[in-house]
Amino acid sequence: MMTIIQWILLGAALFSVGLYGVLTRRNAVLVLASVEIMLAAVNINLVAFDTYLSDPAYTGQIFALFVIALAAAEVGVGIAIILMIFRNRHSVDVDELDLMRY
Amino acid sequence: MTIGDWLTESANWAFLFLAIPTFVASVMVVSSRNVVRAVLYLVIALGGSAALFLMLGAEFVGWTVVLVYIGAVIILFLIGIMITRAPLTKSVDLSHPISAKAPAALLSVLLFGVVAWAVVESFGLETIPLPEEATRTGEIGLSIFTSWVIPFEVVSFVLLAALIGGIVLARKDEPAEVP
Amino acid sequence: MDGFWLAALKVLIAFALLFNIVLVLVWVERRLVARMQNRIGPNRAGPAGMLQTLADGLKLMFKESIDPRRAQLGIYLAAPVLALIPALLIFLIIPIGAPITIGDTTYDLQVTDLNIAVLYFLAMSSIAVYAIVLAGWSSGSKYPLLGSVRAAAQMISYEAALGLALVPVILYNRTTSLAEIVAAQGGTFFGIFPAWNIVLIPSFIVFLIAGFAETNRAPFDLVEAEQELVGGYHTEYSGFRFALFFLAEYINLFNISALTVVFFLGGWHGPVFGPTFLQYLLPIFWFLLKTAAVIFVFIWARASLPRMRYDQLMEFGWKRLIPLSLVWIMVVMVAVGLRRFGLPWS
Repeated sequence: MMTIIQWILLGAALFSVGLYGVLTRRNAVLVLASVEIMLAAVNINLVAFDTYLSDPAYTGQIFALFVIALAAAEVGVGIAIILMIFRNRHSVDVDELDLMRY
Repeated sequence: MTIGDWLTESANWAFLFLAIPTFVASVMVVSSRNVVRAVLYLVIALGGSAALFLMLGAEFVGWTVVLVYIGAVIILFLIGIMITRAPLTKSVDLSHPISAKAPAALLSVLLFGVVAWAVVESFGLETIPLPEEATRTGEIGLSIFTSWVIPFEVVSFVLLAALIGGIVLARKDEPAEVP
Repeated sequence: MDGFWLAALKVLIAFALLFNIVLVLVWVERRLVARMQNRIGPNRAGPAGMLQTLADGLKLMFKESIDPRRAQLGIYLAAPVLALIPALLIFLIIPIGAPITIGDTTYDLQVTDLNIAVLYFLAMSSIAVYAIVLAGWSSGSKYPLLGSVRAAAQMISYEAALGLALVPVILYNRTTSLAEIVAAQGGTFFGIFPAWNIVLIPSFIVFLIAGFAETNRAPFDLVEAEQELVGGYHTEYSGFRFALFFLAEYINLFNISALTVVFFLGGWHGPVFGPTFLQYLLPIFWFLLKTAAVIFVFIWARASLPRMRYDQLMEFGWKRLIPLSLVWIMVVMVAVGLRRFGLPWS
C-alpha cells in the first residue's frame, strides 16, 4: 500500500529545494523558477491529501487548479517586471537592484 | 510495515520512478550553471509532478500542469532569458557565493527536517487509497461552479489584473501627446 | 497482456499510416501549388512524380549533417526529435473510423480515447513550441534565434485562440472525449442536414485560422520567412535532422486537419450502406475525404495568400480572434443554458 507520508515528504523535499533556490539564485528569472518549484510542491501536497481524504467535492484538486492559475499570473507579471528592469538597467541580477536602498 | 513490504507494492516503484527524477531535476534547477539548462530541468521537474498527478487519478490537474506550466510558463521563462541575452555557455554569477549558500542550505534542510518529523509523527504509516479510475472532469467542474464559485471569480479578477499589469509594464512609454 | 499487445499493434499501424500519409501529402502539396502557380511540379520519380518525396527523403538521409561550431550540441540534436514526438502523440487520439465489431469485441479505430482528449491535444500542441525555441536557441546563430522568439510568441498567442475556439464545442457536445464528440454529431437537423458542429461557425473559423498559425503555415509562416530570416529556426539544420523537422511539420498539418474534421465536420459520419465490410470501410473513407478537403484549403491558402506582417499577426490574434471567441463563448453559453434549463422566468 502507498503511504501518505511518501507524498508529503516528496512535497516537503521539493519545497525545501525551491526555498534554497530562492535564497541563493541571483538571476531574477531563476528566482522565479525556484518559486515555481515551491508551488509545484504545494500542488503535490494538495492533490495527495485530496486523494487521501476521498473528498467528494475535490477541494484539493480545485485548489491545485487555483494555484496553477495564480502561478501563471505571477509569472506573467514577474517576467514583465524583469524585462522592464533589464530595459532600464541592462542586468537581471537581483543583487544589483539596490536603487531603493538609500 | 518495513521498507521491504513497502517495496513489494508495484505502485511504490512507479512512485519512485517518477519522484526521483522530479527531485533530481528540481535540484538541478537550483544548482545548474547554465541558465537555459536550469529552465529545461524545470520542465522535467514539472513534467514529473504532472505524471504524479495522473498517478493519483487527478487527470484534469495533471494535463493542466502540462498545458499551463510546461506549455506557457516555461516558454515565457525561455523568452525572458533570450531577451535578457543570456550567454550560451556556463556563467559564474547565476548564484550567490558559497558564503550565502551554506546558511540557505542549512535552512532548507532544517525546514525539511521539521516538516518530515511533524508529518511522520502525525500520520505514521497511514495508507492512501489509490483511486480506481480517474476523476471525472465534469465533477470537478460541478464542484468549481457550486462550492467554489466565488474563489473562482476572484481568480478570474486576479488574472485580469495580471493581464493588464503585464501590458502596462511591458509597453514602451509613448511621449505624451501635445494637444 | 492482451490489451497491451492490441495497443502496441494500434500504435504501429497508426505510425505506419501516418508516414505514408506524409509521403503522399508532400507530393500532393507540391503538385497542387505548382498547378496553382502555372508550373508542372515534380513529375519524374514514379507515376506522376509520386515517389519524389521518398527520393528526397533518401537523399536527405545520406547527406552530411553539419554541426555548427557555436551550437549547444545536446539540445541541438534533441530539438528535431522533440518536434516529432508531440506530432506523433496527437495522432494517437484521433478517431479515424467507426468502431468495428468482430465477434464479441468492439475495436475503436483510435489508439486511445482519453476522457480529456481536448486538453491533451492543447497540451501537446503547446509542447510543440519547445522544439522550435530550443532549435533556434541552441543553433547559436542570429536568424534561428529571431525565428524562434517569433515562433514562441506567435504559438502562445494563437494557442489561446485555439483553446477558446474549442470551448463552445465542449459546451455544445457536453463532453471532452473525441469519440463522444464525434458520436454526438451523428444525427440530423430537420431530417436533412447532418448535425455537425459546423453550426458553431465562428468557432470553426477561429479554429481554422489558429490552426494555420499553430502549424506555422502561410500566411502565418513568419517563423521561417525566407526573405527576412533565411530559413528561420531550422537554418542551421541539414540532412536527416532537417528531414525530421519537415516530417513533423507535415504530420502537424495532417493532425490539425483531422482534428478540424473531428471537432466540426462530423468526424467519420457520412452515408453508410452496403455489406458489412463496406459499413466499416466507408466511415474511414469519409473521414479521409473530409480531411483531404481541409488539407486542400490549407494548401490553397498557401498558394494564394501573401505572408502577414508580424505586428499585424499579433494584432489579429489578440484584438480580433480572442475577443471574437470570448463573445461567441458567451452566446453559446446562453444558448446551451436556455436549451437545458429553459427561460429563467418560466
